[in-house]
Amino acid sequence: MPKQLITCIVNGKKRESYIDPRSSLTDYLRGEEKLNSVKHGCDVGECGACTVLINGQPFNSCIYLAIWADGKEITTLEGLSDKKGAISDIQQAFIDEGAVQCGFCTPGFIMSSIPIITSDKVFTRQEIRKQISGNFCRCTGYENIVNAIEKTAKKRKEEKQK
Amino acid sequence: MYDFGTIYQPKTIKEAMELKVEHPKALILAGGSDILIKIREGKLAGCDLISIFMLDELRGICMEEDGTILIRPLTSFSHVTANPIIKKYLPALGDAVDQVGGPQIRNIGTIGGNICNGVTSADSAPTLKAYDAELEISSLKGTRIMNYLDFNLGFAKVDLREGEFLTGIRIKKESYLDTYGQYIKYSMRKAMDIATLGCSVNVRLSEDKKTIKRLRIAFGVAAPTPIRCFEAEKISLKRSLDQKLLDDVALACQKEVNPRTSWRASKEFRLHLIKELSQKALFESIEKAGGKVNA
Repeated sequence: MPKQLITCIVNGKKRESYIDPRSSLTDYLRGEEKLNSVKHGCDVGECGACTVLINGQPFNSCIYLAIWADGKEITTLEGLSDKKGAISDIQQAFIDEGAVQCGFCTPGFIMSSIPIITSDKVFTRQEIRKQISGNFCRCTGYENIVNAIEKTAKKRKEEKQK
Repeated sequence: MYDFGTIYQPKTIKEAMELKVEHPKALILAGGSDILIKIREGKLAGCDLISIFMLDELRGICMEEDGTILIRPLTSFSHVTANPIIKKYLPALGDAVDQVGGPQIRNIGTIGGNICNGVTSADSAPTLKAYDAELEISSLKGTRIMNYLDFNLGFAKVDLREGEFLTGIRIKKESYLDTYGQYIKYSMRKAMDIATLGCSVNVRLSEDKKTIKRLRIAFGVAAPTPIRCFEAEKISLKRSLDQKLLDDVALACQKEVNPRTSWRASKEFRLHLIKELSQKALFESIEKAGGKVNA
């Protein structure tokens, strides 16, 4: 199958690539961009391990065709680090709260939590759970994940008010 | 890598229609949350696709001059829920599609894909049927308008003929004005699950809020297709708001539906759910409308 040119912004950088039109966005981000935080989990949109932000909203990259990413802005977990490569507050909170065990689901959970921690709205724990309900974790039992997100959201709001 | 044949990528809806005539067997790909998964499972492996996902002309919600709400088919579930027109005039629809899958699925899944897929468990279907939605169906030959009530022909089979595309979903002002509705989805899990049963009710009360002026009730997974219960609607007319009304409506619904036993639930359990959910949805609709059910 002839390859097709796509132009998109990945983690703030403009990228141009020739891709097979049959690739999923997961295939493209892992294969071409070497962004390995994007996990190949279930590949059918059930587990959320491949979650990335497309124009700021979480999508399962496994069931998103790479050709659809043309002209869009994509953020993966790698895009959360600062220029020196230091991890972000939400990643640190996952470590501090013990929200990581095997770690396979973690990048997906963190990407799903971005709309919560960047929102002006205060999310209840129930609302946080709803926002991360498209992500599976088989280790932690979710409590510590909700704790990490709640804590980061609260901290960011306090910093904004300063 | 997906196992499909050719993927056509039209730039306009007209081009998509031409491609569909040229390649009648090619499947129309909207958000892909049903089709891409079937390709992964091997059920549709090797198929050709016409991707309409990038056609922004088929996206968005607006109100037409006469007050009709027009929902373009590629509008995602999350955009339906967040839309100010839907929030103000059709909150029951916004709530219904907010119960599909999880946040990621609601961002990619489209309301048009939900109804064209034609399954009885579609979360948008009972509410759209209960609000008498009209479908705009277009092909190179022209456009026809049909009642959504007549769209489902059987299990996963809809009335889309050769070269036709769903291009609009309309809900008339007369349908939604002064109505209050409630959709209840019963499923084993609160997220990422398919409805065991879905029930959508909306009511318009008399001015003194003592009797039913109009009732609409529809179900998902209560028959091979999403269905309305017209008998139940008829017997509710001008009735006062009491337990007897809830009982009679539920009984009438149970007579009209035709649920089956599946691995999710037995027929008997679904019939029980039809009674429980219709009463609960009706009760909540009446309360939202400012009425009070006298026990």
